[in-house]
Formats: sequence, C-alpha cells, structure tokens
Amino acid sequence: MYVAVKGGERAIENAHAWLAEERRGDTGVAELDIAQIREQLSLSVNRVMAEGSLYDQDLAALAIKQARGDLIEAIFLIRAYRTTLPRFGCSEAVDTGAMACDRRISATFKDVPGGQVLGPTFDYTHRLLDFKLAADGEVPPAPEREATTAPVPHVTGFLNREGLIEEAPQDDTPPPDLTREPLEMPAERPLRLQALTRADEGFTLSLAYSTQRGYGRNHAFVGELRIGTVPVEMEIPELGFAIEIGEISLTECETVNQFTGSKSEPPQFTRGYGLVFGQTERKAISMALVDRALRWKELGEDDAGAPAQDAEFVLYHCDNIQATGFLEHIKLPHYVDFQSELELVRKLRREAGADQSHAGGTS
Amino acid sequence: MEDTIDTNAERKCWMGLLAKAPEGRAAALLDAALTRPGFTWLRAPEIGSVMVRGRAGGTGAPFNLGEMTVTRCALKLSGGAVGHAYIQGRRKACAEAAALIDALMQTHAGADLRASVLEPLAAEQAAAKQARAAKAAATKVDFFTMVRGED
Repeated sequence: MYVAVKGGERAIENAHAWLAEERRGDTGVAELDIAQIREQLSLSVNRVMAEGSLYDQDLAALAIKQARGDLIEAIFLIRAYRTTLPRFGCSEAVDTGAMACDRRISATFKDVPGGQVLGPTFDYTHRLLDFKLAADGEVPPAPEREATTAPVPHVTGFLNREGLIEEAPQDDTPPPDLTREPLEMPAERPLRLQALTRADEGFTLSLAYSTQRGYGRNHAFVGELRIGTVPVEMEIPELGFAIEIGEISLTECETVNQFTGSKSEPPQFTRGYGLVFGQTERKAISMALVDRALRWKELGEDDAGAPAQDAEFVLYHCDNIQATGFLEHIKLPHYVDFQSELELVRKLRREAGADQSHAGGTS
Repeated sequence: MEDTIDTNAERKCWMGLLAKAPEGRAAALLDAALTRPGFTWLRAPEIGSVMVRGRAGGTGAPFNLGEMTVTRCALKLSGGAVGHAYIQGRRKACAEAAALIDALMQTHAGADLRASVLEPLAAEQAAAKQARAAKAAATKVDFFTMVRGED
C-alpha cells in the first residue's frame, strides 16, 4: 500500500534557509569568493574536477562554496551540471609526452634525461603547522633558473629500448563511454581507466594500498610521475581540421612493476597507468596501482582473490556519487517500508511467544 | 592545394592562441586595434562540453578522461568572411571576440591584427610558459655523491 504523506514543505523551505545562513557563517568574517577558492584551494578544486569529471575551475570552485566545502557534495553538483551540457564532440587523445611539466620525478632512474624536477610539492615539508599563514599573506617570489620549454621524454621509453618493459602500442579503437552506456562486465582497459580516473580518491587509495600490503601484490615502483599542462585538440567538422581548444593540467603516473613472466608473457617489467585532471598525484599513483592489479588476466597472472583484482568489485564501488546516492537515500523517509517491517516483526514475535517471555522480564 | 594547407596551418595556429587566451584578453586587444565591424550570427555563442581523451600508458589505446567546458560560435562579416570559435570555458564574450578575429584575419585587416592581437597574445603565452618552466627548473635536483670514508 502506498500512502502519500504531505506536510514537509514548510520544514524543507526553512531548512534550506537555515542551510544558506550556516553556509555563510559569521557575517563578521569576510565572505569567500569563487576566485579565492579557485586560487587558494586549488587542490580541492582539482579533486572536484577529476571526480566530477568536468574540467572547469570556476565551476568546481562554485560547487565547493555551495557545498560548504563538502567535496563529495561538490562533485555531485558538478556531475549534475555536466548532464545539462550539450556535447560538442571528443578531443584527440592528449599527448602527455608534450606536457609542459611543473613536476616530473622518477623513483626508478636517478639520472633520468630531463632531470628530477620536484615542482610545487608537499614532499620534504616537515608537516608542521605554519602559523605564519595565519598572520600575513606575503610570499616571496619562487626562485627561477634558466629553462627550456622543450618536451621531456617519458621514462618508460628508456626501458623500452632494451625490451625490458611491455610496450603500449598505439591503437585507435574508439573507447567506450560510461557516461553514455551503462558500465557492464567484462570491462576492457579503456573503460576501466575511465571509471578509475573519476573514482573516489579515498577508495582508490585504499585499494592501491591493499595491493602494496599483499592483496594482489604487484611490486610497483613509480617509473614516472609528471604534472603539467597539455593542449587539447579537437577536429572541428565545419573547418575540416583539428585546432587547439584549450589547455588543461594533468597528473600522469606510470608504474613499473616486477613481473617474472607467465604462460603467455616473457619476464619483463609491466606497467600500470594513472592519468587524472589537475594536480592530483595521490589519486594518479593510486589509479596506476589499481589499473595494474586489474590487468592480472591479460598478463596471465593468478587470481589471488584480492579485492583490487576484482573488476566488478572495484568498478561498481569506486564511484562516490553512486555510492553516496544509494547510501544516503536510506536516511530519507521510509515510513511505509518500515511500517510493514514492524508489522512483520510483531507477527513473528507473537508466533514465537516472544511477547510473553519479554513480559516475564528476561534480559 | 598547398595554399589551402598553409592557410589551414596558420588558421589552426591563431585559433589555438585565441582558445587559450586569458579571460577578456583577446577582446581587449581587438578593441584597441579597431572598431568591431557588423556581423550576423551563423551560430550564436553556445556553452557545451568536449570529452577529453587520454591513452593507456601514454601511447596505447584511447580512453575517456572526462569532459571540459567549451564555448563555440560562428559568425559572418558583411564582406562574406566566416569566423569560428571553439574556446575553453564558459565565455560567450570571449568566443565572440575570437570568432570576429578569426573572420577578420581572412580579410585585408589580417596583417594589422596579426601585429596588434596575435603577436602580443603569442608573446604573453610564451612568457607565462617560460616563467613556469623557470620555476620548475629551479626545483631540479642536482645530485652529488658524498665522498665515502672507507679508505
């Protein structure tokens, strides 16, 4: 039986009004504007763009403001907005080899051509609270050194020369798109990579960590991590040629994984791949580890039964908007469902004579 | 045919510059250079998205990385030249300026605009890129080996 319940309108309106007031906080404190969030909380903005799956810094900053800093709520807002946009087309695949790198490090080759470029990293900071930031905002300009803007070669290219690492030969099969067709198993690697790049950072991090602790271990090293900007090119039908339509910042991680060979593959290093919008290196490294774990079948490895090897488990649980939607809906009114459960439990208790024993005071 | 290819290569270059120009910059340079001519819209400015692709392993099979916002428009000058714009972000006024510049570059105003709009834009973008590269270069590690004290 369905029973319509009304009467919540005023309560809902008033709740929204109070939400707006709480969002603003103490009016004696200056209000944040979108540009401040974009410029000064840029790593939050990057996470919202990556998991919201829409590259637009101002929109991500607006979503963070509206969501009172709740990043999953902000990602939800971006995902919802994204569905309202007409899609003009697909870009050419970005060339990360041509990236203008802010940061580029390799944990496997100390003397890599192009050098170890640390970039604006938290690594090697002491993780001590800096009370100067609570006082004044003056920052001395960062030092500069003579530089070329020539592209920096990918580290895996050096191992490729010796045939010690699996190749990633170019292939131009149009990829599936999980925003257009539902995600179905078995999921090929391009579909898995799309799901992982927009996956929840925490979930991806935990799965990646589980592989390091032994659940589907694959001995990953960071062959290369690079952060920087790449141009985005798209073929314009009315022009008949491709043009650059913009420039985005990306984080790319290539892992080099120990591999002793299998029935189908020779002993060589194998690779995991992470590519994520913005400066998002924890996520990109996590993505690469999980990508590598999910490749067990094509590399002829054993299924260790580890969660990170289970594509269905990983891909159906990695999206924080799907997860939060289903999780949070259970707090919404379920009065009628619960009423029938209540009736059932009462009936079962009557049949079992439980009411009498309860009346007898057993506990 | 060769001419077409050359023209396309130049046009590709300036459209790329305009797409990456900071908010309002192309419009400011355009308005400083000349009075905007009249035009008719072939496609009024429209905001949408483009799905950006990457490749597995950097070089392998393509996959969908996520979308970016893009504004596009097309217009026609009274002389017949058609200008297009596809630019990053939600920027209708910038798209209009970019399409106007694209159209004007195909007219006799092209040479002037190259000097007053495209060259400054290119120089500014190159300088911004160079400044970032210089900061990155300053964070490059210079390894040196400590002398070992065993013998």
